[in-house]
Amino acid sequence: MILDGTLPARVAGIDSLSPTLKRFRFEPERGCFPTAAPGAHVLVTLRGPERVWKNAYSLVTPPEARDAYAIIVRRVEESRGGSHFLHDHLRPGDRVEIGTPASLFPIASLARRHVLIGGGIGLTPFLSFLPVLRERGAAFELHQYCTDAETETFGRLLAEAGGAVTIHGSTSRRSVAEILADQPLGTHVYTCGPERLMAAVEAAALDLGWPSHSIHKESFGGAEGGKPFSVRLARSGRSIAVSDTQSLLEALEAAGIEAPCLCRGGACGVCLTGVIDGEVEHRDHVLTEAERADGKLIATCVSRARSDALVLDL
Amino acid sequence: MGIQFRKDERFRENFSYVNSDAGVLRFPFPFGEDRYMYSVNIEPHIPGGPTPAFAHAFDIDEHYIAECQERAMVLADDPGRCQVLPHMMPAQWDTLELLMESLAADYPEHFSLDKDGDTWRWINRPLGIDQSFVFGRPETLPCAPFEYITRQAQGDFTLQDQRDDNLFVDGGMVTTQADWSLDFDIGMSFHEWHGPVPLAHETGVFDRALRFLLRLQYGHPVRRLNWTMTINPRLDTSPENYPDWGPDRTTVTPENVAEKVHLRVELQTLFRLPRSNAILFGIRCYLLSLKDIERVEKWRKRLHRVLTTLPPELAEYKGLTRYRDTIIAHLAPHDDGAELSPGIQPDQTVLPPA
Repeated sequence: MILDGTLPARVAGIDSLSPTLKRFRFEPERGCFPTAAPGAHVLVTLRGPERVWKNAYSLVTPPEARDAYAIIVRRVEESRGGSHFLHDHLRPGDRVEIGTPASLFPIASLARRHVLIGGGIGLTPFLSFLPVLRERGAAFELHQYCTDAETETFGRLLAEAGGAVTIHGSTSRRSVAEILADQPLGTHVYTCGPERLMAAVEAAALDLGWPSHSIHKESFGGAEGGKPFSVRLARSGRSIAVSDTQSLLEALEAAGIEAPCLCRGGACGVCLTGVIDGEVEHRDHVLTEAERADGKLIATCVSRARSDALVLDL
Repeated sequence: MGIQFRKDERFRENFSYVNSDAGVLRFPFPFGEDRYMYSVNIEPHIPGGPTPAFAHAFDIDEHYIAECQERAMVLADDPGRCQVLPHMMPAQWDTLELLMESLAADYPEHFSLDKDGDTWRWINRPLGIDQSFVFGRPETLPCAPFEYITRQAQGDFTLQDQRDDNLFVDGGMVTTQADWSLDFDIGMSFHEWHGPVPLAHETGVFDRALRFLLRLQYGHPVRRLNWTMTINPRLDTSPENYPDWGPDRTTVTPENVAEKVHLRVELQTLFRLPRSNAILFGIRCYLLSLKDIERVEKWRKRLHRVLTTLPPELAEYKGLTRYRDTIIAHLAPHDDGAELSPGIQPDQTVLPPA
């Protein structure tokens, strides 16, 4: 399937799961959605009255759900604002734009057993894993860590998963190390949740001698976006702002500049552009260590500024 | 209007293979410049571009029926040309879904797909197939899902599993290949199966390509063109049957070079698959005789220049050494050295008579 741009959709339903958790169901404006990977996330574009948010959320629906995608969002007090908007303003029937489902958290094809460890709202990617693992007849177990106040809420979400699920409230819980100590060879562990939990899972598995390739942590794409910065184009004297959700290349294109590019993934080297001033945060796969240190070139499709501004030879 | 399929083509023995004028003009000529060298020439596989061969996810042309028949003959002789390792079953269904949905959407006059929950009905009019089956249940199809659907597609396909920051060729349908063997390569890692390619390793092409492909995203396939040359319009130039075609290279003469020598282009596409996280690699093969290439002014001049400047290691790897000079001598009188437009497009819409 070749997908171009975002998937136009509407809010089809909103369920309140707890005082701070809501499930949002989206239906496509026409046709059906593309098959989403287990563990996929989407970038949801929210157009508020004053600003636009682009937030990444894991889909909680399985690959076969093509007529609707769903996400579960926690209303965070100290958020950039996206979760407030979703919780307080989004209504059934509202339009949203959904990005292509991307997966950086796949199910390992050769794992003999799968151990899923979620923390709080980090459970969400596993909700799309579970039906797939069941259908494949895979050996798995899921451990959900949460506060005592939320054990019932998560218990309801996991009701269909049956005996392979253990919910660990804050007052009585097995340690991650205990869970992992008991696993057969060939087991893979997947974890999503607070950074401390994921670090504990990784440390415990490595301690027990697990190969690093059998430890999987959910991390949203680092190469997409980052700190906003500005670029000045030396030849034309123009200044262009690069937002936190835009690549430098996208910002150049949005300003009507025909910047060279080919793969848009930092591999081909076609977009390499001269840097006259400023410090680059290199994210490409083309430049050598020496070239990076030299700092005279930037791959506009993926790399960004470490300084507040860059001056480019454009 | 549908595609007018040629029904009596043969890609072996008493060869019978013809391109219509439109077929010649839609050929994905691989040389955008007067010199050729390996590069990571990967671009987004979005519809459009300099050749109609780029118009759809999977290109179907006038040779569709004949190529499917040729594939069936190869498989009848050697079932090992299609192999998929057991952990790739999710990738098999991903492939079937991608091909069926793409073909039905892009060529509705030839293919249709109707779904009622998990029960799917697939209609392939050119091949006369009407198959109902349950998605996810291999026993409801005449053969495994990957073999089933790739028997109905042009070009070879391989499945790459992604693990341990590497890609492993853990399955494939390979019957129209340029001298490589799935049976030999199956299970190999990215650098292992690219081992024989000269010059490219030293320049880091494969390191970069692997790093890029590990990040290939669903819904955003990429493509590149690769090329070699083949004597006679033979699709199955495999190591397994080398005795059938290897000696053909010694038969090229100044008198028959235009008919015998074919430029063989692979439109290579790479798709991230959703359920499996595997990569489907399509290797769609196009053959065009030197005689037909000559009918396009830009292409005959450019081919002459590319062959003249091709590094000897590449000529050797591609198996051109024995007859390269014969082609150059044939093309030289028709190249005035005039500057050619960049890009692969033919720059003409009608052809002189063959």
